[in-house]
Amino acid sequence: MSPEVKPDFLISPEGLRVDGRRPDEMRPIELKVGVLKQANGSASIRQGKTYIIAGVYGPRELHPRHLTLNDRAYLRVEYRMATFSVPDRKRPAPSRREKEISMVIANALKPALFLEEFPKAVVDVFIQVIQADGGTRCAAINAASLALADAGIPMKSLVPAVAVGKAEGKLIVDLGDEEDKYGQGDVPMAIMPQTEEITLLQQDGSFTREELLEAMQMGINSCKYLHELQKEALRRAYVKKAPENGDDDEDDDDDEFDDDLETDLGEAELMEDE
Amino acid sequence: MGDYSTETLSHIDREFIADLLQKGERIDGRAFNEYREIEIEANVVPAKAEGSALVRLGNTSVVAGVKVLVGEPYPDSPDEGVTMVTAEMSPIASPLFDLGPPKEDAIELARVVDRGVRESETVDVKKLCIKEGKKVYMVFADVYPLEYDGNLIDASSIAVNTALLTTKYPEMKYEDSALVETGELLSLPISNIAVEHTVAKIDDSLILDTILKEEFAQDCRLTMAVDKNDNFTALQKGGGSGPISLELIDQAMEMALESHKDIQKLIEDAVKNVE
Repeated sequence: MSPEVKPDFLISPEGLRVDGRRPDEMRPIELKVGVLKQANGSASIRQGKTYIIAGVYGPRELHPRHLTLNDRAYLRVEYRMATFSVPDRKRPAPSRREKEISMVIANALKPALFLEEFPKAVVDVFIQVIQADGGTRCAAINAASLALADAGIPMKSLVPAVAVGKAEGKLIVDLGDEEDKYGQGDVPMAIMPQTEEITLLQQDGSFTREELLEAMQMGINSCKYLHELQKEALRRAYVKKAPENGDDDEDDDDDEFDDDLETDLGEAELMEDE
Repeated sequence: MGDYSTETLSHIDREFIADLLQKGERIDGRAFNEYREIEIEANVVPAKAEGSALVRLGNTSVVAGVKVLVGEPYPDSPDEGVTMVTAEMSPIASPLFDLGPPKEDAIELARVVDRGVRESETVDVKKLCIKEGKKVYMVFADVYPLEYDGNLIDASSIAVNTALLTTKYPEMKYEDSALVETGELLSLPISNIAVEHTVAKIDDSLILDTILKEEFAQDCRLTMAVDKNDNFTALQKGGGSGPISLELIDQAMEMALESHKDIQKLIEDAVKNVE
């Protein structure tokens, strides 16, 4: 990997960001549902150069047993970064940061789930960050809630998440890595789209109360946009298109699925070459 | 704190607390935006720690100690020292705490308090550089809860800030690739101060500084670090997965802004008493 260089500016004189985005513009997002065959549910997300895969197992029997909850399922979230996902090699053991993020992701997802349908069981959400380029906890939530839906876990809604931040005094949506590192602050958040209630909220950097309120409103707007993308991704995976000329029906679903997975990995390699 | 909360508290207790709040009362009679009595004792480990403080928040108490070591800077910030907050939830503080390596609640406690210190740039890390790329001061503030009756975060934040303000450490020089003590004692280069305030949401009520029973009943909590200039330098929603609306968050920020001056004053007074 090339060493990281601090960009000369985060907001250009024209008011654009390092990667040419407008302040309220998200990075290109690609969501795929059903990318892992072994898991009960799965999804991947590419958000700019960030690439994350989430797999859901369960509801299934919970081990160790002392974690059992008698009135609902236990939601176990494991957020892990691959050693090669960051510029320096990340140590393989789970870091304190990963543990905290796992916990806040679980809290962000829980309000959307009917866990009381499965007392004493566990729903496992495994999140693997393949490439980290800012906004991984939010991207992880976007993918994890799709994976939960794919696994058929009863849900009130999908949970979209986005990080709002500040660079050179301007509020910006969906921070990239440089904006995260060299900007003035970061507000990752997740919402329940129907009620606009906030299920994940953290902040670092320095904000006034007014800035925070505006940032959270921007975040809510972006989350609603993301929610549309999530629903669209689910539809792509589950709603069969009527064949256009009737006899184009030979490909069976499993084949298409294989193709998807291969393209997915292929793109990952391309990205490393850049 | 954490998720065993709903397990440990009966539905009756939760309803009782929530009903009382609806009537504008708390189980210990405090106002919603009122802290318990705060006692700060600075410099409680004078012989061994470079800085320290014991904080009592009602029946919650924590002790924090600061150690200043010399080490190598991180490669990406060769001219900056390091500050770090850690916390251990030892079973001495509560029957709810287990032996063993820090679990996610201890990790969260440490990282939230750490963010309050780091993001506010409380310690000017550039001034902790002894020799660029070679040697810097590393400031470790470690928190040990002694009694857990709710709101460990605010108690720890007060303790860590007090401990940092009272820290005195020997000055070092880098001469002929060796470290030499100059014989001078230095105070930490403090450039800001941000204390954390935790507000719990129970139904539609917001209350500051929860006792354990209230903490068990909360839907979630919001911790806010407010600095000298009324800026927010860290937020954390935690303590349960209940969602919270933008309006309630705004009210919580108001509560934090209203109380932080008083608490910063308490810390300053405690520090003056030692000097």
